[in-house]
Amino acid sequence: MRLLYAPRIQESLELNWPLVADFLTRFLREELSWRGYEKAIVAVSGGVDSATTLALAVRALGASRVQALFLPHRDSSPLSREHAHLVAETFGVDLEEVDITPMVEGYAAMTPDLTPHRKGNLMARARMMVLFDKSQAYHALPLGTGNKTERLFGYFTWHGDDAPPVNPLGDLYKTQVWGLARYLGVPQAVVEKVPTADLIPGQTDEGDLGVRYLRADVILEHYLKGYPDAYIEALGYAPEEIQRVKERVNRTHWKRALPTVALLSSTALGEFYLRPLDYRP
Amino acid sequence: MVARSLVRHAILQFRPEKARPKENLARLGEHLQALRPHTPEVVVLPEAALTGYFLQGGVRELALTRHELLELLSQVHKEVGWEGLLDVVVGFYERDEGAYYNSAAYLELPHRVVHVHRKVFLPTYGVFDEERYLARGRRVEAFNTRFGRVAILICEDFWHSITSAIAALDGAEVIYVPAASPARGFQGERPENVERWRTLARAVAAEHGLYVVLSSLVGFEGGKGMSGGSLVVGPEGRLLAEAPLFEEAALIVDLDRERIPPVRYDSPLLSDLEAALPLLLPDLERVLGREGR
Repeated sequence: MRLLYAPRIQESLELNWPLVADFLTRFLREELSWRGYEKAIVAVSGGVDSATTLALAVRALGASRVQALFLPHRDSSPLSREHAHLVAETFGVDLEEVDITPMVEGYAAMTPDLTPHRKGNLMARARMMVLFDKSQAYHALPLGTGNKTERLFGYFTWHGDDAPPVNPLGDLYKTQVWGLARYLGVPQAVVEKVPTADLIPGQTDEGDLGVRYLRADVILEHYLKGYPDAYIEALGYAPEEIQRVKERVNRTHWKRALPTVALLSSTALGEFYLRPLDYRP
Repeated sequence: MVARSLVRHAILQFRPEKARPKENLARLGEHLQALRPHTPEVVVLPEAALTGYFLQGGVRELALTRHELLELLSQVHKEVGWEGLLDVVVGFYERDEGAYYNSAAYLELPHRVVHVHRKVFLPTYGVFDEERYLARGRRVEAFNTRFGRVAILICEDFWHSITSAIAALDGAEVIYVPAASPARGFQGERPENVERWRTLARAVAAEHGLYVVLSSLVGFEGGKGMSGGSLVVGPEGRLLAEAPLFEEAALIVDLDRERIPPVRYDSPLLSDLEAALPLLLPDLERVLGREGR
């Protein structure tokens, strides 16, 4: 008699990348179309998220309808510039560079107590000011590049990197962005480098977050699906690690929402009066 | 009247503009023009085809009475210059007095509303929120058309095997399923929801020996990509035609009613169900808590 053991079913973060790429390409095309845009603009940092977003935009619209922006500060790593140019060249996209140093340093000079953390946020918001202005100049819709892991961790500048109206990567964990990036042909140097927000010299994402993306994403997927801690621990994750991930998620729900409005009426927007964002009779 | 054996269907996998019924009717007219040389007798449209699916409170502004629906589609029939009758199955948000329903109508254009099915199973979980805005239908029934006896089930209605069992027992030879299904689960060859539809449609068709015609919406609605993948399954459970994912398409399929009796003779599951179901009714009553619990 043959004995056959069924494999244990586990949550998997590995996706069908060609299918995902096709889906996100159509998503970009349609979301731009009803908003009246034929072009997209992407602020490329030299990192994998913006490179993947740029690659998707080129698939959706063609390289001539995509504008890349590189928005360095004098403290930005030289590697960021090198990689931003490499990504734009790889996908055949025109890249405009705007140095945000004078904008940021102008305010910094007036603000002697500015901490590195506050200055980092200032850079992110300065970049959004430029991105949205250039959006008007090019009549190109700004694309967001934030991934699901950083959104869940609140690891972004509020009304900064989360500001663009259309984001193809926001439901993909960081490790999934790596998978998609490889499929789309994002240069290996960009996919494999240590992730960093590059707002403070020497900074890395995983240093800031205190957990590796490869581990965080598995914990997040199980936590969001409602698995109890004991189940996640049995997969080989430490209780402290799981708690750190859950705390980050639960300290930042406000950051993934619009500002809180006091409700007084039965026509309060978004509470009683509910219309989808694409509702346009 | 003896219904004909072969009935040509066009399953129109449609992408509506959100909340713009006028533009959508104009586009439907263009599609009918394109379909006309292929001489369909029944055109099957998806759920919420004239407005898009996710409307939230906008349902109240865009819902139609069944007579307004007939009037609008008869106007399209006239503008297109369609010669003779055209049967249309179409999903729409229905207004009736003060209540709103997720409905699908079987129309015989340009003259009459043959039947309206109101969705019974209103998904209100995850990305879905139907019961917040809509009232629940209370009936599943087959009805007669000029091409034979059929039934309509809308989207989640079809995910519960009890509804197609009722429709089959009521004599339906075709179950039309207008649907709107946001793609999710991207691990496999196709999105998980698409796989589920294929499995279900084949299982239901084979169990009851009837045709299943799924017409599934396409287009992105606020990031949610309606999957498409409309299909037609024959009475033996074989996939006869399948539309691509995510884009507009039309399937032209001749449904052959003569195939049903031989298939049911080989696999008489429906007559078994008819005979044995009464035996199970006391248990059904029991598990529903109506007696002895």
